[in-house]
Amino acid sequence: MQAETARHTVPGLSRAKKQSRLAGLVRELKRNRHYYILIGPYMLIFFTFTVIPVVVSMGLSFFYFNMLEFPRFVGWQNYTRLFLDDDIFIIALKNTFIFALITGPVSYLACFLFAWIINELSPKIRAFMTLVFYAPSISGNVFFIWLILFSGDSYGYLNGFLMRYGFILEPIQWLTNEKYILSIVIIVQLWLSLGTSFLAFIAGFQTIDKTLIEAGAVDGIKNRWQELWYITLPSMRPQLMFGAVMQITASFAVADISIALAGFPSVNYAAHTVVTHLMDYGTIRFEMGYASAIATVLFLIMIGTNLMTQKLLRKVGE
Amino acid sequence: MTYKLWSAFRIRRRLNRSFTVSFILFAFLGVFGCFSAIPLIYAVNNAFKPLDELFIFPPRIFVRNPTLDNFYDLVALMGNSWVPLSRYIANTLLITIIGTAGHILLASMAAYPLAKYRFPGSRTLFSIVVLSLMFSGHVTAIPNYMVMSWLGWINTHASIIVPSLAFSLGLFLMKQFMEQIPDALLEAAKIDGASEYRIYWSIVMPNVKPAWLTLMILQFPMLWGSDGGSFIYSENLKTLHYALGQISLGGIARAGVGAAVALILMIVPITLFVISQSNVIQTMASSGMKD
Repeated sequence: MQAETARHTVPGLSRAKKQSRLAGLVRELKRNRHYYILIGPYMLIFFTFTVIPVVVSMGLSFFYFNMLEFPRFVGWQNYTRLFLDDDIFIIALKNTFIFALITGPVSYLACFLFAWIINELSPKIRAFMTLVFYAPSISGNVFFIWLILFSGDSYGYLNGFLMRYGFILEPIQWLTNEKYILSIVIIVQLWLSLGTSFLAFIAGFQTIDKTLIEAGAVDGIKNRWQELWYITLPSMRPQLMFGAVMQITASFAVADISIALAGFPSVNYAAHTVVTHLMDYGTIRFEMGYASAIATVLFLIMIGTNLMTQKLLRKVGE
Repeated sequence: MTYKLWSAFRIRRRLNRSFTVSFILFAFLGVFGCFSAIPLIYAVNNAFKPLDELFIFPPRIFVRNPTLDNFYDLVALMGNSWVPLSRYIANTLLITIIGTAGHILLASMAAYPLAKYRFPGSRTLFSIVVLSLMFSGHVTAIPNYMVMSWLGWINTHASIIVPSLAFSLGLFLMKQFMEQIPDALLEAAKIDGASEYRIYWSIVMPNVKPAWLTLMILQFPMLWGSDGGSFIYSENLKTLHYALGQISLGGIARAGVGAAVALILMIVPITLFVISQSNVIQTMASSGMKD
């Protein structure tokens, strides 16, 4: 190996150099071929169903395409229509940001806070409480239970309860009244939101080096808050960043719950989100170019928010 | 010695919360625990309620006279339908088992070189995977449909199974977990003449069992709850989740049966989590994102 490099560094023609670099790359590829074979199957599927579709979607957003005719290039028209002519998209965008600004931070803090408290419990109770908080997020469609709770007639549990104790006289149409839909979807979304990041935080708390906490106490840390800020949070920073990504992505992608609770489309688009708008154009109206523009906007919002949050979280505990 | 003990005691005292604060915190945990658990407890109880209790007002969370009628009704109802219930269950099991096992296999195969070696493209590929955690599948829904139809996979189970094999969170967690395997172990195997594939299969895989279970617990509920989406339209290929949707559309008359199916749907992922919890937490400890 050494002899070879020595030979190539002999001053010579640039062509020979280029060739040797290419040869070096080929050799490098050959040497690592086992690794490429191992990652191959995964990457093939990953690129086919995730990476290439993102690129295709961005490309399609500049075309008019209805799945039947050949795509026609329209430039920025889809985007100008989206932001200037589509009132419903603006409603969807506003709702999505309200959702994300509430469910994102609240669920993130809830994951952290509950993990923090649970960490103080004995292992058996800890395991049980973890299950209690995590179970909703893996129990599939059980959120239909909330439909019964918020049912619009006087047999709906919430209505029944409020009427029985005289808070209201007539049943409230919880799921068809614009005033309440958004809040209800947010509550149910929060109920479901203690997922992967919650587990990551619990794990993070369990792996904190105990000697660090003792050392901190010797160095003059006065209370739990200082301990949290100067020791716990910095030690957990990797988990915090991972959790942030999970929660942010989930909070911008609210759609299934909105559809299950408020219908599709919801009354006066009160629970319409960017994702349901995308579904509307993609699976009902077949305006694929326009839907791709919506998807691209969603992609940029998600990536942008995530990268920004990552930057912020790097400052924790400094 | 006494001094040491005393100082340790003082540190603990100083950092322990007062009783009131602990009480408030645990009360807080209790209240939200109830908020989290009651809908699930209610769903479980519903499945065992006879019809008169299902519609009782004011409603009760706990069942008084538990009965299995709802499950018998479910079997009877599905026995009469064009597609028997067993078919939906078989479809769901097929998708879930192949999808989960395949995902664990492919993700760990890809994670091993990414975690342990540097080779041209390895860092770029992994950054793309991390970046893909930052957006949801909705973004790619439209091109995905076109890819499926181009591959001729519309209305086959492959359209659900294959994309789920390359779920990026699984690769990410597996790779982070594999980084803990000591290099010395791998080098020892190499000196003994083991090929990369053998190292992967006989040394790396047995050491990452907790990560298998984690990938399972993340992948399983997703596939188990899959309703076929826009890819599957033949009734005999549809999933249990879809059948549940159809049953609950039956409204009041089907409320009991619907509750029974809901119980079946939710109990499987929850049981799996109970079994694998400690392993999952162990894996999550390495889930962090480095700067």
